Order: sequence, then C-alpha cells, then structure tokens
Amino acid sequence: MIQLESFLIISAIVFSLGLFTVIYKKNAVGILMGVELILNSVNLNFVAFSKYVDAHINGQLMAIFIIILAASEAAIALAIILNIYRNRASVDVTQLDEMKH
Amino acid sequence: MEANQILFIAIALLTVLSAAMVAFSNKLIHSAFALLATFTGFAMLYVYLSADFLAVTQIVVYVGGILILILFGVLMTHKIYSTTKKTAHNSLIVSLLGGILSAGLILFIISKAPWAPLLAKGFNPTTAIIGKEILTGYLLPFEIISVLLLGALIGAIYIARAEDK
Repeated sequence: MIQLESFLIISAIVFSLGLFTVIYKKNAVGILMGVELILNSVNLNFVAFSKYVDAHINGQLMAIFIIILAASEAAIALAIILNIYRNRASVDVTQLDEMKH
Repeated sequence: MEANQILFIAIALLTVLSAAMVAFSNKLIHSAFALLATFTGFAMLYVYLSADFLAVTQIVVYVGGILILILFGVLMTHKIYSTTKKTAHNSLIVSLLGGILSAGLILFIISKAPWAPLLAKGFNPTTAIIGKEILTGYLLPFEIISVLLLGALIGAIYIARAEDK
C-alpha cells in the first residue's frame, strides 16, 4: 500500500537536492533550476496532504497557484539573467557585486 | 508486491535520480534535459494522488513552458559549442552539508510527527470541483494572481527588450 510517508520522503529528497543545487551552482540559470526543484517538491507535499488528510481539495488549489507563481518567477528571472548577460557577457553570480558596497 | 507498487517505485526512482542529475551534472545543458524527466516524474506522481487536472497542468506549464524558458536561458547565455568546458561550481562540501542537513531535518520530522488520521479517498475527477472552487471560495486569490501575471508579463517584456538608443 502506498502511504503518505512515501510521498513526503520523495519530496524531502528532491527539496534537499534543490537546496544543494542553489548553493552549488555558480551559473544563474542553474540556480533557477534548483528553485524549480524546490517549488515542485513543495507542490508534491500539498497534493499529497490534499489526498490523504484533507476532506476537500484545498491542497490541489494551492498547488495550482504555486505553479502560476513559478511560471511568472521563471519568466522574470530569465529576463533579468538575459539583461545581465547582455551587459557583462557572463552569468556567474559570484561576479555580480556592484550593489554590494 | 503488486504491479501498482512496482510502478510507483520506478516512478519515484526516476524522479529522484533525475533530480540528482540536475544537481550533480557538470554541464548545464545536461541539467536542463534531466529537468524534463523530473517534471514528468512529478506529473506521474500526481496521477497516483488522484490529481488528474494537476498532472496535465504540470505537463503543460512546466514541461511546455518553464522548461522551454530555461532551455532558452541556457542556450542564449552559455557557450554550448565548447563541449569540453565545464561549469564552475562553489565548494562541494559546503553545498553537500547544506543539502544533507536539510534532508536529515525533514526526514527526522516526518518520522516523529503525529500525523492526522488518514482518509481513504477514491480516484475521482477533480476538474469540475477545481473550476467551481476557483470562482467561489478562491475568487480573491484568483483575481490577485491574474493581476500578478499581467504585471509579470509587462515587467518581463520591459526588462528583456533591447534598449533603443
């Protein structure tokens, strides 16, 4: 029998891999991929609780809103990354420190 | 073991292993294609959770939209023709420490938490319920998110367009 815990464990592993990706990659597009992994794992949690704990389907509705937010976030992030690449010919986030000082 | 469970384990392995490939791959283009398998695996897991509408939405929005955007990002900002060039990374040990710490914490909480009694819900179609809910109980978030999407659309075009001098 497939339990709630199996979905939670998959989601926890993918969340940690996403967090690892965000810390590990220097390329801004790679960091964006890590953020997408994190958002997907959170969505899986919402849908799993919606199936096993909630009598209604509130979790699925929340997951739809998260998908919309992830789509707009990806579009804006890529617009910013393309602009940075046009100005500096590199998307290495460790090099971007003009606004630090 | 039933065929049902074997299929579930196969899908879970596909999802987790392709997510690991996204994280550990040295070339960004390989990560982008591994992301395709991860998103599809999540869609299949949604089918197991009787979320039919969400599974299709996942394919349409993530695989058809976000993944294409990310591939555009990789192709337009990365010198993919020099296949020997590897992407630079931050310290592996610090990143692994962060990932393992968060995984350990979440798995510990999952094993200790007193979960609410589980419901046994059947596989019912959800599209009609979702449509009704979005236009009644979730009307305010729906309207706010439409304004946000409009703002994101205009903002992305404004940021990404070439400046005319």
